[in-house]
Amino acid sequence: MNEVTPVETCAVAAVDPSCARAPVGMLCELTHRCPLQCPYCSNPTDLERVATELTTAEWQSVMRQAGELGILQVHLSGGEPTVRKDLEEILDAAVKAGLYTNLITAGVTLNRDRLMKLAEIGLDHVQLSIQDVDPENADRISAYKGGLAKKIEVSQWTKEAGMALTVNAPVHRQNILNVPRMIEFAIECGAGRIEIAHVQYYAWALVNRGSLMPTRESFMTAAKQVEEAREKYKGIIVIDMVVPDYYAKFPKPCMGGWAKQILNVTPSGRVLPCHAAESITHLTFDNVKDRPLADIWLNGDAFNKYRGTEWMKEPCRTCPRKEIDFGGCRCQAFALTGDATNTDPACSLSPLHAEWAKVADVESHSTPPDFIYRRVGGAKVTVSGA
Amino acid sequence: MTIGQYAKRERTIITADCRPSLPRFVKMRHDAGRGRWILLAPERVFNPDEIAVTVLQKCDGERSVADIAGILADDYKAPADLILNDIIDMLQDLSDKGVLNAGEPTNS
Repeated sequence: MNEVTPVETCAVAAVDPSCARAPVGMLCELTHRCPLQCPYCSNPTDLERVATELTTAEWQSVMRQAGELGILQVHLSGGEPTVRKDLEEILDAAVKAGLYTNLITAGVTLNRDRLMKLAEIGLDHVQLSIQDVDPENADRISAYKGGLAKKIEVSQWTKEAGMALTVNAPVHRQNILNVPRMIEFAIECGAGRIEIAHVQYYAWALVNRGSLMPTRESFMTAAKQVEEAREKYKGIIVIDMVVPDYYAKFPKPCMGGWAKQILNVTPSGRVLPCHAAESITHLTFDNVKDRPLADIWLNGDAFNKYRGTEWMKEPCRTCPRKEIDFGGCRCQAFALTGDATNTDPACSLSPLHAEWAKVADVESHSTPPDFIYRRVGGAKVTVSGA
Repeated sequence: MTIGQYAKRERTIITADCRPSLPRFVKMRHDAGRGRWILLAPERVFNPDEIAVTVLQKCDGERSVADIAGILADDYKAPADLILNDIIDMLQDLSDKGVLNAGEPTNS
């Protein structure tokens, strides 16, 4: 009876050593439209337009195919997924396909009736983003007025409906001092879980890296605060932390390994091994409009390209950690070395690591430039940041 | 809007008198494709073993932890107090991870 404790695995951690098995999770970017303009948005800087978005029936087909393939959890994301007026119909198909459903939302477009309707259809989990716990700073970061008050309402409706609530807090140099207050805020909201999500520097966050990168000292302080809070709030709230890899010794096991655990569907139906994969410019991606989801997952070129460990070069190929971190992030390796099969510079074994870590040190100690807000064509537009 | 009415302020301690159940947002089902039972929760997939599945199937909000231990003691011909301790450990772990309604006795 010593083995009764369930083995816990994060949705992005390895469950099965075989690569070609079904992914655990599917991230669906239902749209790239969003009323917020957060400068660290994980969407690509080249945002997809509304005219290219999949139809209701096409998304419903994706949900059915995901259930048949053996996918367990679907993350309905964006942009802001609630701007799709047919979210209810897409959710209904996901629920009927047996998927565990998670809505990743900024909350500001929701009202009580609609959230109750989503609960009634079968929504399991609401992941609500906050930009900060100081309302004025939250407004400034998101370029949206009054967001925090609305999020508080959404949190209470979520609890009222009996759904799980996670608070997702992207953390960077312009809010990192508030990490302890973010955790207390999440507890007051009734959240069972909070993500202290240090910004990952891709897409918009890479454009804004100088405005967002915390100093090593402030990161270490925040990490210590999280450790203390985990002890203090054990059994009250689960605290997950995503570490900024600029300050790590080894790279993160990005996506739990390429094409191993997760797939991502863009608003127009392209199927990616991760949401940043289109930044690797020589890859081509299949579309759910042209090819069945299972076939794309098992046989698609982009999925097979870096699946497993055969593609690796030194120092990854003979590294004892190659099945632990998979050489880090392919997109980061490509962006910073020009070759996606190189070791991610986040790894201390990368020849570029020292130079790369210095960038974080220099930028985090410089005056932060104004934010370049996330909007269509926004990478060319600057708005006053402080 | 004021917040705090849903705030959990203390860790729940599982005892023999609790009548646990799975919350609405935690789902246990058989995963045919992978040939195993799974517990689906926010951003987590748990892989309960055979005995954990047996226990969780009995967590209906009506039976107490002691009742469940009694049933398993009969089924597995094992000492009830030993089984009770093991079940409490397992349920405490799930409660701490936010995936179990403890069903604490109201008069304790």
